[in-house]
Amino acid sequence: MRNLIAIIFAIMPVFAFAAGGNVHLDKMYVDLHDEASLQRGAKNFANLCMGCHSTKFARYNRVARDLGIPEDLMQDNLMFAETSIGSLMEIAMRPEDSKKWFGASPPDLTLVTRVRGADWVYTYLRSFYEDPSRPYGVNNTVFKDVGMPHVLEGLQGKQVKGIAPVVVGFDPLTGKDIFEEQDGVLFIEEKGQLSEKEFDVAVADLTNFLVYMAEPVALERQRIGYWVLLFLLILFVPVYYLNREFWKDIH
Amino acid sequence: MSDKKGLMAWVDARLPVTSTFEKHMSKYYAPKNFNFWYFFGVFAMLMLANQILTGVWLTMSYTPTAEGAFASVEYIMRDVEMGWLIRYMHSTGATFFFLVIYMHMFRGLMYGSYQKPRELIWIFGMAIYLMLMAEAFMGYVLPWGQMSYWGAQVILSIFGALPVIGPDLVEWVRGDFLLSGITLNRFFALHVIALPLVIVALVILHILALHEVGSNNPDGVDIKKYKDENGAPLDGVPFHPYYTVHDLVGIVVFLFVFCFVLFFFPEGNGYMLEYANFEEANGLKTPEHIAPVWYFGAFYTILRAITFDIGPISSQLGGVIAMGGAIAVLFVLPWLDRSPVRSWRYKGLISRINLIVFALFFVMLTWLGTKPASGLYQIMGQIGTLVYFLWFATLPYISANEKTKPVPDRVTG
Repeated sequence: MRNLIAIIFAIMPVFAFAAGGNVHLDKMYVDLHDEASLQRGAKNFANLCMGCHSTKFARYNRVARDLGIPEDLMQDNLMFAETSIGSLMEIAMRPEDSKKWFGASPPDLTLVTRVRGADWVYTYLRSFYEDPSRPYGVNNTVFKDVGMPHVLEGLQGKQVKGIAPVVVGFDPLTGKDIFEEQDGVLFIEEKGQLSEKEFDVAVADLTNFLVYMAEPVALERQRIGYWVLLFLLILFVPVYYLNREFWKDIH
Repeated sequence: MSDKKGLMAWVDARLPVTSTFEKHMSKYYAPKNFNFWYFFGVFAMLMLANQILTGVWLTMSYTPTAEGAFASVEYIMRDVEMGWLIRYMHSTGATFFFLVIYMHMFRGLMYGSYQKPRELIWIFGMAIYLMLMAEAFMGYVLPWGQMSYWGAQVILSIFGALPVIGPDLVEWVRGDFLLSGITLNRFFALHVIALPLVIVALVILHILALHEVGSNNPDGVDIKKYKDENGAPLDGVPFHPYYTVHDLVGIVVFLFVFCFVLFFFPEGNGYMLEYANFEEANGLKTPEHIAPVWYFGAFYTILRAITFDIGPISSQLGGVIAMGGAIAVLFVLPWLDRSPVRSWRYKGLISRINLIVFALFFVMLTWLGTKPASGLYQIMGQIGTLVYFLWFATLPYISANEKTKPVPDRVTG
């Protein structure tokens, strides 16, 4: 039996592959226990994203319940469509129209973190930069020539791609970072409502919320999982001794 | 039986319940020296039961149409009470089913369980394996995600390479000019009714054939040669209760591993539930990299290994022939192994090394099936394919000619 477990553990890491191609992605720490972060993410999602993006497999009341948001607050602050609390989180924008406006219909985002991963979403939302050649004046280093405008520009400010100092190392003598000028670097030219750190946190909250959205049962699944494994551990004891009792006379 | 009274006697006079139980359980003598490898048969039974039970519950909420399938799976994951658990049990169960079937088959190879008089058991087993592949393939189409769609597109196009009938055959299977809701609907019918019936029937035949000749064991010796005064094999124990309590230990350990993956890694790092399959099927958008689910990997690699034309046979048809051959050759294994001994314990060193090499290359081929067929991967796939067929090709000669060790009269424990 130990062999089987060993085989399974041996196979697992081999199977890791990234969905994001060869673009460098920033790591994001997903914390589904951080209810405040999920609530902030939900608020930003409803206010900034849901004009164009649906999460049509999820229901408002389920989100409210899972995230500890009272239903009346949910209705007043996070629901803008004329619909009931128990309905699916659909949007009014018609795909035919949005296709004309953006070149492609904004995809449903219920499962986006399961398709692309949290790191991809986190990096993508922070990687818009000025590009006058594009219809909406912005491009993205993670998703080249994407049709989406930089919706979060008001928060982030104006980000450009150009020559800027980058941390390339750490000087142990002075205890300071070593900088080097590099091309193709994203940096903020004009400040937005949030500082760079605050913006990263806001995007992390949004991503955190989308991770919850992709699999709302994730925490419950693990919680039950521990009890199931504990049950099996306990069950092993009588089963083991039962077998030993029967087999003790067989040689 | 005749001394029984009451309800059981009444039933037994009308239905052979007690005698059947005795024949297959309490008086079925199994060798007492079963080891770790003999758990996998019962694990496979467990997974079959798991797939059928969870499958029944999934059908209660699943919609087999191109418009509704994807949303209905998410409905099961979100709105159906414990639906996520049933769905993960089914998706994780598919992977574990194949995992234990591969271990079960490897056991058969090690101990020569396919040799005379157990050829039919092996053939029924291979038929189950073949039907299981069809079952898993069609089941994977049902969630109607991108990988469901494009994976099915690729696998169905394989049959299009067959000469003369190919294109018409594919169209007939699809029921449409493209993979569509019609295909989905018929795959649902086959996945839920037709194939499970065939698989269950074959499993019954597999076990009936096994119980007719008796189980093999790690020594490959015949336990029926030495019997006690009551006619029971000296090296055998009644399956029930000895192996029922024994298997129970294995089942608990197996379930621990199964539940660990189910509750903590239900996506299997993208190998049980592929990431791209969380996006709804879109016939106009081809994914960057189309990979079949891991358990088809070996045969998919063999299919892609033939990159050159052989006379009038195009590389595409060559690949189909190689893949078909790789599966077909498994069926005739009992007649390829001409060794006088069953178990590898008493075969020569070359046989033992060859089997390990064969198994390692099969694992490699499986792994390569999920990788793009280019560069080094392509060459490794071609070497793997060659080794796969060489093992079968050299088996008759090596098994018939190598020096074997003397087989003991009784099992060695």
